Amino acid sequence: MANLDDLYREIILDHYRSPRNRGELAPPAHRTEGFNPLCGDEIVVYALVENGVLSDIKLTGHGCSISQSSSSLMSSAVKGKSLEQVRETIATFKELMTAPEGTSDGAVENSSSDVNLRRLGELAALAGVVKFPVRIKCATLAWNTLTQALDEISA
Amino acid sequence: MTRFDPRLVRGDIPLMNRVINGRPITYLDSGASSLTPRSVIEAMDRYYQNHHANVHRGVYQTANEATAIYEGARDSAAHFLNAPGGSEEIVFTKNATESFNLLARSWGAHFLRPGDVVLVSEMEHHANIVPWFQLRESHGIEVRFIPVGDDFRLDLTNIEELMRGVKLVSVSAMSNVLGTINPIRELADLAHAHGALFAVDGAQSVAHLPTDLVALDADFMIFSAHKMLGPTGLGVLWAREEILKSMPPFLGGGGMIKDVSTDGFTPASGPAKFEAGTPPIAQAAGFTAAVRYLEGLGMDHVAAHEKDLTGDALTRLALEFEGRVRVIGPADTEARGGVISLDVEGVHPHDVAQVLDQFGVCVRPGHHCAKPLMKRFGLAATARASYGPYSLVSDTDVLLEALTHAVEMFG
Repeated sequence: MANLDDLYREIILDHYRSPRNRGELAPPAHRTEGFNPLCGDEIVVYALVENGVLSDIKLTGHGCSISQSSSSLMSSAVKGKSLEQVRETIATFKELMTAPEGTSDGAVENSSSDVNLRRLGELAALAGVVKFPVRIKCATLAWNTLTQALDEISA
Repeated sequence: MTRFDPRLVRGDIPLMNRVINGRPITYLDSGASSLTPRSVIEAMDRYYQNHHANVHRGVYQTANEATAIYEGARDSAAHFLNAPGGSEEIVFTKNATESFNLLARSWGAHFLRPGDVVLVSEMEHHANIVPWFQLRESHGIEVRFIPVGDDFRLDLTNIEELMRGVKLVSVSAMSNVLGTINPIRELADLAHAHGALFAVDGAQSVAHLPTDLVALDADFMIFSAHKMLGPTGLGVLWAREEILKSMPPFLGGGGMIKDVSTDGFTPASGPAKFEAGTPPIAQAAGFTAAVRYLEGLGMDHVAAHEKDLTGDALTRLALEFEGRVRVIGPADTEARGGVISLDVEGVHPHDVAQVLDQFGVCVRPGHHCAKPLMKRFGLAATARASYGPYSLVSDTDVLLEALTHAVEMFG
């Protein structure tokens, strides 16, 4: 049985109560909006890319603790990284949010994900979300919005 | 049943035996869909076991039985609603949303002209908004909204002005978010005084308040079976017989025609004109059983019971949470039904519902398909608890226990 503590880890509640990198960035920072039409969650990503590096990122918006803490954790994880590293982190996180087939307990039990978890650092706190399938879209909203922002910037 | 007892009703609901996350289920989502009594399930089962056949024009025994079951559901609906013209005024659809689309595409598209106004309210479900917007795009009608006041009731201050050019007033009898019971008889009179027709969204009211179409004096009423202890897949459009006769068909196909040739078709008369294709026959069997069940309980008893539950919950929410949990809806139980939308300070409705689920409590987070209303009150979502005839004070106990946990967890 999925336990509520797997979902609401202390790190998640901390990032929900005190979100990091919250606010707006003026142009030339790129602005991208993300919506979850099902629950009304809304996220705006401001991304500043300089010389192939995501030199600054800020977020605004509203939503549940999972979507808000995930966006806060994401911003801490990707700020100052090269675009290549950012894309890698996004891919690793998205992998974490995909439960391996045939196991109900999710990615945490998966051996290949152990590597991912170490690489993800604080982000690993979100690993429990995968046990609550309807909340996965909450956790991935910010990440999908950032992906869209990077695609728009490189287009 | 001579005396209404919610504990006996609960005993009739097999799903009440479910255990969720180690706790007995606390079902507080009847506003989205009500739970199903055993007699309703058995009626559908009996149909499939003994009478299953397609309806109409069959000559053999079971086909006649299936037809009798299906047409009998029309009689049940007419009796339950006290429809002035009887069963010929009952059209079956697949849900209340389809009934609204039927109303807009058949009556609306045929009778409304560019510039004609359909007046709805700010507290309507999307089902009573979007089909009119679609008609605005295709036929150039205007859609106007009766505002909702800070007291969560319709603000009728400027109603005379709003009524200008109105051909149809379409308003819910009870809000699916606020619980507000609207003055529908007053609105029906107002509509008629201005030469307009009046439609009622009864989706939330039919299972929780007595309905009397003769006393109401409306022209259309719409609801669905699954919110009144019946099965999913069956909706109702009631309309006055003379209006139904004047309306063109909705969907085309088998069952809705009198004649078809290579030159064209002549539509069937009566409700069949609007019921193309094989209808929901098993659901009709279940619907009749649900209506009988509710009639057995007595809708006035159901309403009184849910009013007690709501009053108790509102008092305790105010006492135990001292403002940390805000009810988005009227405080006066005379003006509302058992739909309680909650805004918990500092806790997103999805998180509220997630924590409540851990206690086996089923509530609905979200915008409840009423985004204009949510915007009106500056909310993205609420967590909504809603009662049914099987609800008990002990359900409220568990709700409050789980809410306390949610508040502490995020506080």
